[in-house]
Amino acid sequence: MSFDYGDFSYASKDEMLEKSREFWNPGKTDFWVDAGVPLVIDRREEYYLYDMSGKRLLDVHLNGGTYNLGHRNPEVVHAVTAATAHFDIGNHHFPSLARTALAEALVTSAPPGITKVVYGSGGGEAIDIAIKTARHTTRKRKVVSILKAYHGHTGLAVATGDDRFSKLFLADRPEEFPHVPFNDLNAMEDALRGRDVAAVLIETIPATYGFPLPDPGYLETVKALCERYDALYIADEVQTGLMRTGELWAVNKHGIAPDILVTGKGISGGMYPLSAVLVNERSAGWLTEDGFGHISTFGGAELGCIAGLKALEICNRAETRSMVHYISDQIGRGLREIQAQFPDWFVGIRQHGVVMGLEFAHPQGAKLVMRSLYENGVWAIFSTLDPRVLQFKPGILMRPQLCEDLLDRTAVAIDQARSALPRTVRHDPLRSRTAVSA
Amino acid sequence: MSETTVEAVGVPRARQMLELAGWASRAYARYDSATVQRIAEAVVRVAESKAEHYADWAVRETGFGVVEHKIVKNKLCSRGILDAYRDSDYVSPRIHAERKIVEVPRPAGVILALTPSTNPVSTVYFKVLLALLTRNAIVVSPHPFAKECCADAARELGKAAVAAGAPDGVVQVVDEPSIPLIDALMTDERTNVILATGGVPVVRAAYGSGNPAIGVGPGNVPVLVDATADLHRAATKLVDSKAFDNSILCTNESVLVVEESVADRFIRELERSGAYLLKDEERDRVRDVVFPEGRFDTSLVGKDASDIAARAQVRTPSRTRILLAPFDAAVDEEPLAHEKLCPVLGLVRVPNAQRGIRTAVALLRLGGAGHSAVIHSTDPGTVMAYAAAVRVLRVAVNEGGSTGCAGFGTNLAPSMTIGTGFVGRSSLGENLEPKHLVNWTQVAYSTDPAEVMPSFVGIHPEEAPLEPVPPYPVASNAGAPTLTAVPDLPEEVPTELREELRRLILEELTAIVRG
Ligand SMILES: Cc1ncc(COP(=O)(O)O)c(C=O)c1O
Repeated sequence: MSFDYGDFSYASKDEMLEKSREFWNPGKTDFWVDAGVPLVIDRREEYYLYDMSGKRLLDVHLNGGTYNLGHRNPEVVHAVTAATAHFDIGNHHFPSLARTALAEALVTSAPPGITKVVYGSGGGEAIDIAIKTARHTTRKRKVVSILKAYHGHTGLAVATGDDRFSKLFLADRPEEFPHVPFNDLNAMEDALRGRDVAAVLIETIPATYGFPLPDPGYLETVKALCERYDALYIADEVQTGLMRTGELWAVNKHGIAPDILVTGKGISGGMYPLSAVLVNERSAGWLTEDGFGHISTFGGAELGCIAGLKALEICNRAETRSMVHYISDQIGRGLREIQAQFPDWFVGIRQHGVVMGLEFAHPQGAKLVMRSLYENGVWAIFSTLDPRVLQFKPGILMRPQLCEDLLDRTAVAIDQARSALPRTVRHDPLRSRTAVSA
Repeated sequence: MSETTVEAVGVPRARQMLELAGWASRAYARYDSATVQRIAEAVVRVAESKAEHYADWAVRETGFGVVEHKIVKNKLCSRGILDAYRDSDYVSPRIHAERKIVEVPRPAGVILALTPSTNPVSTVYFKVLLALLTRNAIVVSPHPFAKECCADAARELGKAAVAAGAPDGVVQVVDEPSIPLIDALMTDERTNVILATGGVPVVRAAYGSGNPAIGVGPGNVPVLVDATADLHRAATKLVDSKAFDNSILCTNESVLVVEESVADRFIRELERSGAYLLKDEERDRVRDVVFPEGRFDTSLVGKDASDIAARAQVRTPSRTRILLAPFDAAVDEEPLAHEKLCPVLGLVRVPNAQRGIRTAVALLRLGGAGHSAVIHSTDPGTVMAYAAAVRVLRVAVNEGGSTGCAGFGTNLAPSMTIGTGFVGRSSLGENLEPKHLVNWTQVAYSTDPAEVMPSFVGIHPEEAPLEPVPPYPVASNAGAPTLTAVPDLPEEVPTELREELRRLILEELTAIVRG
C-alpha cells in the first residue's frame, strides 16, 4: 500500500514514521509509538479519525476541543471554502471585514461587560495578549496561576504553567508568576494580599491537569478576591468554552463576568488557526492608546474569522445547546454504570457537560486506559500533568448512536486495562495516595 | 454528506433539528402512559385556548377558508382528538395470554410532518398530537403560504409539551421551508417517517425519498342522492358540508349525482339551505373563472361562494353558500367533473340509481381514487352496490362528506390525513390515526404446551421522568442534583365537564355549519 497525498507521498507508514523522526520531532514520534498509540492521522470525518493503517478511531480528545464540532465540519468547511473565493489572511494593520464581524458576534454572545476583541493565531499567543493587557491595565507585573496549570507555550504563557516546560527553555520566572494550588482559597488570598498582582489567570476547569472540578464557590470567591485586591480575572476558556459545559462559556455557569476571557482551539472549527481575547472596557485601554500595541500578522486572519463566525453560530444554536445536555446526560450515565462495575479501578468521574476526566487507581492509569481504548477504536488522551486521569472529551454534536458506541468500547477498554495490571497493583487501592491536591 | 455538497441556506440547521429530534424521541420512547397523557392534555389546553387566534391568523395569512370553521377544526384537532383516543394506550406493553404473545410498543422515532396551506394549523395540531400520543418526536415543515401561523403554533405546542415534562426538541418547526430544504429533510436518514399532506408533487416526493412515508392522494368526492333519500336532511347535510370552511377539506363533495325522479325537489331543498343553481350561461362563466384553460385556479381555494359568483358576474341571493353547476357528462374534458376546493358543486342528473353509481365511478376515474364518497339513501342494497362499485376507501352515508369522511360526525377515525390506499398511490388505507405511528415488537413464546408464558403483569419498560429531559448539566462535584420536578398540571377537567365541553363543541360545530 502506498500513500499518495498529491504533492507528497510515502511508501509505507514505517517510512513515514522514520522521516518524522528524521525531519520533524524524534521525541514526540517515539513517545507515541512507545505509548502504544502509533497514530498517524490520515483521513478524518465527523468524530472519526483514521490512522494510516486504516484503523478507525472515535475521537474524544478532539485536540482539546479543537474538533468540538467534529472533524471537517461540513458547514465550517463550506464557509471557509466559499470564503477563499474572496478572502485570504488579510492585512493585520487595517480594519478588516471578517475580523470586525466576528468581534461583534463574540462581544454579543460574551459574558456581561465584555466590549472588545483582540486576536491571536493560537491559544498561547492569546494568553500572552491577556497577560500584557492585564499588566497595561493595572500597571502591575505579577500574574497568579494554578499549580500544574497549562496555558500554552509562548513567552509569557509558558511561565504560568508547569516547571517541566518553562525550565526547559529557561523561561521560568517564579517571582513574576507565582503558582498556587487549585481549590485553595487561602493560598490564593495569600498570593493576592500584597495588591501587587495584575491578574489571576485561571482555567474554569483545568484541562491538562485532568479536569479537577472547582469546589462549589471556589471560582466565585477567586473573582471576589480579585476585586478586593485589585487584580483582573482572566478566564482561560480555551478548553471549557464553546458550549462544552452546556453554556457557551463555562464561567457563565458561575455567574462570573471575567475582565478578560481567552478562547482558541474550537473557536474556528478546526479548519483555520485562530484565537481571541475578549476584554472588558476597563482592560481595553491600550487598543485606543496604542492600537499597534500587539502586532501579529496571522492574528485574526480573515479566513479564520470566517470559520470562527460559523463555528460560533453553530455553538450558539438552541439545538446545539440542547444536544450537549442530552450527550452529557447519556455519557455521564453510561460512565457511572461502567464505574459501578469496577469501583476500585475506575475510581472517579469528573464531569461538567462534555468536559470529563476519568480517574483510575494507578499513578499511570490513564496511560493504560488510553492504550486499551486505542486498541478498541477510541482515541482519548491522558492528562500530562496528572496521568492518573484520562481526559474524555466527546464532541458537542455527537449522534446518539455514536455515544452508545463510545460507551460500549469504553466499557471493554477499561476492563481490559484493569486485567492487564499486575495483580499486586490491582489489589492495592491507590486512591488516597494519588488523590489530587484539593 | 460529502464534502462537495454545498447545501442550501438553512439546510444544515434543519438537519440538526432532525438530530435533536432523534435525541428527544429516544428519551420520549421510554415515557410512561400517565406522563404522556399529561403532556397531551397540557398541549391540548394550549391548542384549544388558541383555536380562535390561529384560525384568524391562518385565514389572514393564506386567504383561504372561514375563520369560524377553522376554529371548529382547531378544536376538533385538539380536544376532539384527545377525547377520541382517551382510552387508547400506545405506550404500555400488551399481553395476549391466549396467543402467548406480548407486544412492546416501538414508536416510529422522528416524524417529518409536511402540513398544507388549506388546513394549516389544524393539521399542525393534529400531527403534533398524534406524535405526542405515540411518544414520537416531530419536525413540522409547514406550507410556505402558511409558514408563520404554523411555525408559531408548533412552537407554542412544543413549549407546552416541554413544560409538562416532554423532552426538549420533541416538537420542532422549520421557519423557512423551501424545496431544497424539504427535499433534504425528506431524504435524511434521521427521518423515520414522513407524514405528507399537501399536493400530489409533495406526496410523490415523499414516497420517492427512500424513507418510510405516509402520504395520501387527492379526492374528488361524488355524492349520490337516490330516490329513497330523506331529501330535506340530505340537502341540509350536503350544503353544510360543502360550505364548511368553503370546501377546503379534501373530503368535501365535488359533484352531486341525483336521481331524476327527485332531482327538482332535491334542488329546491338545496336552495332552501343556501345553494344557488347556476343557469347555463352563468355556469359557463363560473367554469371559466374556476377552471381557466381547463385547470383549477388555486387562488380560489376556500373562497366564499359570493366572491366566486361576483368574479363570474353572477348575481346571487345574499344568503348563497354554495353554487350548483349542472353539467351532463362525467368525462375528463368537463372541468366541473374534477376536484374543486371551493364551494362550487357539480350537478349531474341520472335516470336511476344504477346510472348514478356508474357516474360516481366515472368521476372517481378522473381523480380521487381511494379517497371518499358520499351517499344519501335509505336502501341498504343501493348503499352496498355503491360502496362496492366506487373505488374509494370510505363512504359516508346520510352525512356530510367534509366532516363525515374525516371522522367528525361518523365513527371513522377523526383525521386530517385521509388514506387513499393502494388505488390512491398511498401506503395508508384508513384515516390516519395514532396507531399508524407505532410499531410493536412481538414477543412470541413457543406454542409447545410445555412452555408456559409467565405473567408480565406489572413488568414495565416505560417509566416516568424524574427531572426535565435532558437534565441541565451540573458539575459532578456539585452534590446531588436538586431535581427540578416537572410541574403538575392544574386539576384535570372532570369527566362530566369534559362530556359537557364535547357536547358544546359539537353544538357549536352544528350551529356554525348551519350558517
Ligand atoms: C487551557 C489552554 N489554554 C491555552 C492553550 C494554548 O493553546 P495553543 O496550543 O493554541 O497555543 C491550551 C492548549 O492546549 C490550553 O489547553
